[in-house]
Amino acid sequence: MNRGNAFIFTLAITGLFFILPLLSGADMKGKTKEEQKDGIPKFFIPKAPASENFPCSKCHNYKPADKSKRKLVLYHTDIVFKHAGEQQWCYDCHDGDKLRLQNGQLVGFEKSYYLCGQCHGTVFRDWKAGIHGKRTGMWNGEKLYRLCVSCHDPHQPRFKPLEPKQRPMKPQEIKLDRG
Amino acid sequence: MSKKIRSNPLGIELNRRTFLKGAAAGLAATVVRPAAAGAFNWDSFLQKHFREMNDAEIKKVIGRLEKEAAVEWKKNIHIGTAKAMPGVKFGYGLDLSRCIGCRRCVYACVDENNQSRTPQVHWITVLRFKKGEKWIDLENSEKYYSPKQVPEKDFFYMPVQCQQCENPPCVKACPTQATWKEPDGIVVIDYNWCIGCRYCMAACPYGARRFNWAKPNIPADEINPETHYLGNRPRYKGVVEKCTFCIQRTRAGKYPACVEVCPVGARKFGNLLDPKSEIRYLIENKRVFRLKEDMNTNPKFYYFFATNITQAD
Amino acid sequence: MGNIIKNFFKSLWQITRGDIKYYIWIAFLFVLIALGISAYARQLDDGLIITAMRDQVSWGVYISNFTFLVGVAAAAVLLVVPAYLYNFKPIKEIVLFGEMVAIAAITMCILFIMVDLGQPLRVWHLLPVVGLMNFPSSLLAWDVIVLSGYLFINLLLVLYALYRLSIGKEYKLSLILPLILLSIPWAVSIHTVTAFLYNGFPSRPFWNASILAPRFLASAFCSGPAIMLILFQIIRKLTKIEIEDRALFKIAELVAYAMGINLFLLGAEVFKEFYSGSIHKAPLEYLYLGLHGKMRLVPWMWTALVFNVTAFVIFLIPKIRENFITLNIGAVLIVLGVYIEKGMGLVIPGFVPDTLGEIYEYWPVRPEFIITIGIWAFGALLYTLLLKFAIPVYTGELRFKGGEDAAIDPAMINKHRREKSEY
Repeated sequence: MNRGNAFIFTLAITGLFFILPLLSGADMKGKTKEEQKDGIPKFFIPKAPASENFPCSKCHNYKPADKSKRKLVLYHTDIVFKHAGEQQWCYDCHDGDKLRLQNGQLVGFEKSYYLCGQCHGTVFRDWKAGIHGKRTGMWNGEKLYRLCVSCHDPHQPRFKPLEPKQRPMKPQEIKLDRG
Repeated sequence: MSKKIRSNPLGIELNRRTFLKGAAAGLAATVVRPAAAGAFNWDSFLQKHFREMNDAEIKKVIGRLEKEAAVEWKKNIHIGTAKAMPGVKFGYGLDLSRCIGCRRCVYACVDENNQSRTPQVHWITVLRFKKGEKWIDLENSEKYYSPKQVPEKDFFYMPVQCQQCENPPCVKACPTQATWKEPDGIVVIDYNWCIGCRYCMAACPYGARRFNWAKPNIPADEINPETHYLGNRPRYKGVVEKCTFCIQRTRAGKYPACVEVCPVGARKFGNLLDPKSEIRYLIENKRVFRLKEDMNTNPKFYYFFATNITQAD
Repeated sequence: MGNIIKNFFKSLWQITRGDIKYYIWIAFLFVLIALGISAYARQLDDGLIITAMRDQVSWGVYISNFTFLVGVAAAAVLLVVPAYLYNFKPIKEIVLFGEMVAIAAITMCILFIMVDLGQPLRVWHLLPVVGLMNFPSSLLAWDVIVLSGYLFINLLLVLYALYRLSIGKEYKLSLILPLILLSIPWAVSIHTVTAFLYNGFPSRPFWNASILAPRFLASAFCSGPAIMLILFQIIRKLTKIEIEDRALFKIAELVAYAMGINLFLLGAEVFKEFYSGSIHKAPLEYLYLGLHGKMRLVPWMWTALVFNVTAFVIFLIPKIRENFITLNIGAVLIVLGVYIEKGMGLVIPGFVPDTLGEIYEYWPVRPEFIITIGIWAFGALLYTLLLKFAIPVYTGELRFKGGEDAAIDPAMINKHRREKSEY
């Protein structure tokens, strides 16, 4: 699904720090029983965008993390956190190379929607139904889904403003053009 | 203009400009100009209505039209005639809580559907409304907004295009049956049958229909060669056109171009007769409304609100 | 057969004869028509983009003129009713000229539709049988039928009357009475159908008022007869036709009633829109007050209103309407007033604001004016030629073979001789 990647890049809405492809795309063949039960769509989901810091164990295997909530001054200073106000901290979601759900269960980055869905239940439901988020592909067949993080920077999920395309011409500006 | 002197049989010397002035004054102008435009041909003049033709006739006509188009647009253009799929009625959803008014859809549509660049033809109009005032106050809406960035703090946006009414006033109005509703619910136009009276434009409550006030112009390298007879094949001067839900794409199973380009995923599309389709889900689970429902046009274009927040908060 | 050809050439000869004023008039019309045709040629070549019409206001001055002229054509019936049904002699004598006005007006209507089409060569698509007429669904299809039917009825009536006269006989009323009776509801129908053409769509609240068709008829019965008042006086002056003052005053009286109703209906509309104050009042507001500072039509609409009210007063008071100076002022005021009110004043507010609330201030540009004037010149030419042929037939100067001389009024012949000796 090269087109899927192309779309991701054209989106350019996501934070700019996602560069490398990560993990294998969770395609339909790899669906777990649990996902089927949850009504996770049986369609192609493009790979999760990756950070250059991934895998976390690259560094955190050597440097045990200070898990106390504080302002980061040495590392990860590029991460601007604008999500759920002051309530959140790295370890609310991250655990090693995995993501940690509220019940302690660890999930891979390719299944990050479980993490997001914990708070954004209605949006999660809409996303599964194809109502939230962008779909491409076939309306009556294989659809290309995107992960939440394909469009939203998880650390500051609000979309960045865009420059709008040119306004239409006013009727009095529409003139005969023989050229 | 050159000052070249022309002599004529009478031996009177006239420069070119005087000569042309004299010629243009009378009926001579009538004869000269359309001859330059050329292009009258009997086959095209006598071409039957699309729905009156049998398959063999359609094939012949398509052959001729493709040849004409190749000459006219300097590019090989394929004109498809795919029929409506059985058991399909198309519906469209647009999430007003998501739309940021960026007009990506407008221009994706122009590219996909071979709309004229000059004079400009847009099938999609994005309207901007002030928040907290009269709801859908069209008279105070703004179509020509042009800020540096969208969304703007105090506004929300609503794109409008053909609503593919189940009870389309334009079809009722057309004196020649040049526009009609297909079995899959798409309202189409036979560009070779339309006489350009624009009665349908008067009838449409959504300002969805566009007229080719002049010969459409599209740079050859920007032409989309994959077309449909009832959809995006290049049009003629003096005929009406409009959104067809990208008939050339959707009858091949693809999403319309505006759905695929929307950066915020506000646009939804699917089969209204399929209970598992996205469009059915949103109609059943979201607050939907249709534009100007008091007109009983019964549009298949649903505006909805997926969330209770808007992007500009 | 030989006779027919001979008679044809005789008629042709007749319409090419005239004094210098006649030739100047005809030449003048030809120049205007030629200008119109060359502007139309440019429009064919470049497209309707050379007009001021755009998607927002997709009909303009062409359709406005069409609407006005349908009214003029329908108004011929205002002469037919007193002439044939009440046998009012003074009008009966001139009803023929009224029917000829209808013929010229319908022809102009057809031309105005033609120049408004984006693909005029495809006009055959809307004909029954050869084309694919959307009948009975489209009101435009209805309009094609009623307009061409009305043209046909009037042509038949005029040709038959002239034919009988040309062979020196009165026409047989019993033969054409059914046609005349048919022409009355038919005249009402062309106007009603044209009103319904606008009326039928909720997309345009200004047109979607049930008062539209009655208002159409009322204003038609003002403008058509007012035009005839002026024309008949010109005919009376320039030719040997005698038209009684009584006939003119009767017409003026009828116009007064029609204008009264027209103004009342306008008042009803203004009250309903402004008192209820819904968003649908916007077009009327645009017309009379201006909308969001856009007031292109405001001065015109007030002019029309002042003209119509003044003319109404003039025509209502017998003393004033029976004075030819005030009568003519009144007639001119009505023609102009109704032309504004029922032309641009009716078509444009259907599109302003447009269905998405945009206000585009349409105002015709030069090519539209030239084409419009060209069509009016063509109508004038057609009416002149019809008169040129009909008047001598009417006065007995022109007779075709097969007629019985005995049937001609000797007084006419004497008068004819007298005129001839003057040359």
